[in-house]
Amino acid sequence: MAMKEMIKINQLNKSFGDLHVLKNIDMTVFESDVVCLIGSSGSGKSTLLRCLNFLEKKDNGDIIIEGNTVNPRTDDLNKIREKVGMVFQNFNLFPHKTVLENIIEAPIRVKGVDKEEAITKAKQLLSKVTLEDKADVYPSKLSGGQKQRVAIARALAMEPDIMLFDEPTSALDPELVGEVLTTMKTLADEGMTMVVVTHEMGFAKEVADWIVYMHDGKIIERGTPDQFFNHPKEERTREFLNSTMLK
Amino acid sequence: MPSFSHFFQILNETKGVFLKAMLLTLELTVVSIILGIVIGLVFALLKISKIKILELISDIYVYLVRGTPLIVQIFILYFGISGIFLLPDFWAASIALALHNGAYISEILRGAIQSVDKGQFEAGRSLGMTKTLTLRRIILPQAFRRALPPLGNQFIISLKDSSLAAFISMNELFNVATTLGSNNFDEMTYLLIVAVYYLLLVALMTLIVNRVELRLAVSDR
Repeated sequence: MAMKEMIKINQLNKSFGDLHVLKNIDMTVFESDVVCLIGSSGSGKSTLLRCLNFLEKKDNGDIIIEGNTVNPRTDDLNKIREKVGMVFQNFNLFPHKTVLENIIEAPIRVKGVDKEEAITKAKQLLSKVTLEDKADVYPSKLSGGQKQRVAIARALAMEPDIMLFDEPTSALDPELVGEVLTTMKTLADEGMTMVVVTHEMGFAKEVADWIVYMHDGKIIERGTPDQFFNHPKEERTREFLNSTMLK
Repeated sequence: MPSFSHFFQILNETKGVFLKAMLLTLELTVVSIILGIVIGLVFALLKISKIKILELISDIYVYLVRGTPLIVQIFILYFGISGIFLLPDFWAASIALALHNGAYISEILRGAIQSVDKGQFEAGRSLGMTKTLTLRRIILPQAFRRALPPLGNQFIISLKDSSLAAFISMNELFNVATTLGSNNFDEMTYLLIVAVYYLLLVALMTLIVNRVELRLAVSDR
């Protein structure tokens, strides 16, 4: 096993005031792993994800990205964020920029990529998410599913090593969920390292290498989809699965 | 009340002097708006800096300006400062108007910046953009667009407020109207004439603001 550790978390703790939302979290994500974080709302899974690109500041514990223990006080977080792409529940596309401008903004301004080159790359990414005809459209003209696929293309334009997804399909109409999940599956098949907070059990079952189940700020159980869905070890997990599977 | 024909006769006879005065009013207004936007942006950014002392500075500035009449501010700058060094009338009036506008504009911009969804900032940061870059490229363009209607309102107010420069003997529209009016024992005619000039300027200003609004609204269509 000479697999590269992309993310390693040791004893991570995070509180919002009196609310202890992450309790001694340990987790390792290897290269090309797809990890699905699941759990009911308020379990801390989104906070954990947001800690991974330092949109939330940890209280204590270590976050090690590609072998480097990150110190948010002294390290350049912008450099780390370049390597860790993020896709949000509410897309957060820039409404005053066209689809193409959304995608080329950071490569040009942050990485200093030549504009022509950025546009060529952006168009490739748009065809990858099958939206090549939407380059010059403003986000307000897109459906939710299209917005999220643009958001994925925008994150990919920075050529990240890791992609984080924060409930990427939760704000979508049911009929639009599939197109986003398909895009994510393609990405997973290409070997992208992904951490996905999701309620889509079907996706987790089919695409994830590892399932991490969180409850009340703690990791209760982790395993392969087969272990997790078919042979859960913890009582708490069984309760959760029963409640979600019954719909 | 003056008769129509009298009104139009005077309007025609005085158009040279009023156009000159209108130009001065316009200069005062434009300079004070441009400076006011710069001042307003600086204090809006101080206010949202989350650094206590900077927030306090911004609060005090806004309080002082909003808490005193503009005419008092103009006089303080004109008489107070001219005791220290000679400030040309035009700049005394422009700076006073700009400082005054700046306070209101800073509140308009602060509100607009804070109304931009927090997710926009996070999206910028998540792409590796610095705080400054995210503010400049992502937040401010959206905030400015939202601020335009209240800003347009503020621009109109500052146009009309420029009439207070008459009290430090600037020959802008209002001063010319009252001077000519009393010289000719015909105040009402000249006041009505100056009202027409102000209405023309406000119409022009509204037109420009609407144009800009329309151009920036392109992303909604």
